[in-house]
Amino acid sequence: MRAPKLLQQYALQWKSAAKDVLSHSVLFAQFISLLHITDTYICSPTLVYGPSMLPTLNFTGDVLLVDKLSPLLGKVGNGDVVLVRSPENPRKSITKRIVGVEGDTVTFLVDSGRSVRSNSVVVPKGHVWIQGDNIYASNDSRHFGPVPYGLVLGKVFCRVWPPEEFGPLRQ
Amino acid sequence: MSPQRLLFDIAKKYFTTGIVCLTISDRYASFTAVRGSSMSPTFNPHTDSTTGISFDDYVLVEKFCLLKYKFSRGDVVVFRSPSNYKEKNIKRIVGLPGDWIDLPSLDTVRVPEGHCWVVGDNSACSLDSRSFGPIPLGLICGRVTHTVWPPHRIGGLNSRTHALP
Repeated sequence: MRAPKLLQQYALQWKSAAKDVLSHSVLFAQFISLLHITDTYICSPTLVYGPSMLPTLNFTGDVLLVDKLSPLLGKVGNGDVVLVRSPENPRKSITKRIVGVEGDTVTFLVDSGRSVRSNSVVVPKGHVWIQGDNIYASNDSRHFGPVPYGLVLGKVFCRVWPPEEFGPLRQ
Repeated sequence: MSPQRLLFDIAKKYFTTGIVCLTISDRYASFTAVRGSSMSPTFNPHTDSTTGISFDDYVLVEKFCLLKYKFSRGDVVVFRSPSNYKEKNIKRIVGLPGDWIDLPSLDTVRVPEGHCWVVGDNSACSLDSRSFGPIPLGLICGRVTHTVWPPHRIGGLNSRTHALP
């Protein structure tokens, strides 16, 4: 008479434990998904360093907030600072300024600092021309040509670190 | 239970299901339809059939390859078109960075660092790297692993190395 009762109790315990685990894992999955959606479609922080954007961004490293929604809606234009997946190494992303969109004619110095020879190209359809603000130390479209719009990951709209320079970027 | 409460509950359920599904399709795997006949022997083999009606093939696209961006020759990949970011194309990789590609116009081009050369299986009607050049690996958004529809062609994909024309 006792054994079935005990079994029943065990079963009940297991059931409640399983229910607990299930509800917790569902909550966890929802949390992770929300995090992922915010990160890929709304905005995300990035650390940027290097000399290529020097007057605008610091050499030692800035934390920027990147707006991921604008490139999806096609609202990225001339003068915006954008985060772009590097065409030379897809695991890296670079921060540059858009100088020309499709159909624009861009004139640039071929070898800045050493000669004054300039060259002009028309940006093809679906591409953008990106250039660093510091033209003497920047690896950008002058080197690898126009980049496809699909590589634009986001538009930088705000600086969070260092705290004394908090706020929107200079245009 | 008041109707407002019920409506709110239903909306919440749909919302959470939606974001979970979107996350899974973004990070792990998703389904896509193959349009057009540019990959003809592999997908959509009978587009010009006598019935005149053609159904799209559905394929399973895995996204784990985006963590490392390591691809091999013969992989079928989904990528954003370089001339229009809203369009996605499906082609086969035939050249990786550093490879030399022979073009029919007696040209040989080298695939630059971080790029790949993609060609459709049906070379007669395919808009691929022969017209727009090598594409950056960053445009790739998944690798096709299985065909899931129509049912008589369910199965894995053979990653044969495609011979250049």
